[in-house]
Amino acid sequence: MIRVTRRYRFAASHRLSSPRLPEEENRRIYGKCANPYGHGHDYLLEVSARGPVDPRSGRAVDTPALDELVRDRVLKPFDHRNLNLDAPEFQGGVVPTTENLGLEIARRLGAGWKQVFPGGWPVLEKIRIVETPRNIFEVVVNP
Amino acid sequence: MFITRRVEFSASHVCSNPALSEEENRRLFGESANPHGHGHNYVVEVTLEGEPDPVTGMVLDLKELKAILEREVVEPFDHRFLNYEVPPFDRTIPTAENVAIEIWNRIQPRLKPRLHAVRVYETSDLFVDYFGGSR
Repeated sequence: MIRVTRRYRFAASHRLSSPRLPEEENRRIYGKCANPYGHGHDYLLEVSARGPVDPRSGRAVDTPALDELVRDRVLKPFDHRNLNLDAPEFQGGVVPTTENLGLEIARRLGAGWKQVFPGGWPVLEKIRIVETPRNIFEVVVNP
Repeated sequence: MFITRRVEFSASHVCSNPALSEEENRRLFGESANPHGHGHNYVVEVTLEGEPDPVTGMVLDLKELKAILEREVVEPFDHRFLNYEVPPFDRTIPTAENVAIEIWNRIQPRLKPRLHAVRVYETSDLFVDYFGGSR
């Protein structure tokens, strides 16, 4: 079994503020991240998949196929976008924290996974998002 | 406790399977199938698992690990064309996956502490982890 990890990057803006909370409370919880016009990050996304090495290709993951999945499901919708305004998932009260962004990316990759990797292998093991060098979030899908 | 040491080597390779058609190789490997090869600055991280020796306070003398990695990995792989100069890559495709497995097989018998993982970075945006056998 081999774990293959691929890194991708996208730039997006967000504002952390819950419509269900009063302004002072948002300010207390989210600090500067609640500033009204939002701010942005260069997100680094790591996608890890695990599987046996296919003797035909010598590889555990068809990386061009993974690249296409990530491009279509994550990079195209999120890169150079405002997560609060451009992504339907973050309307209706879901705050685009990187926790929620990670869960959404995991959901999106999971939804397209079977179509790209129909043989059962590789499995999506985890994703990791580096929001800033000091803020890193990991979502484990298949431990 | 885990202890990791990192080494680097630069090597060239071609990824293609002679049993497959050119189009199929092109689809599977893209530019990596270009016939005359290309190169990478590989980074290898070797992680051992063990408890510190009560006398030395060390899991393994890092000088010893350094010497093993130098002899078993850097010396044979550095500035080589993997497909032509580093067996078994005359027979198996030198993907990052197979390079990690080969490094594991070369160093594992030489190590007293348990080898936990071999990580191979082919580029900074693509790396693989091998934990031996089944996991």
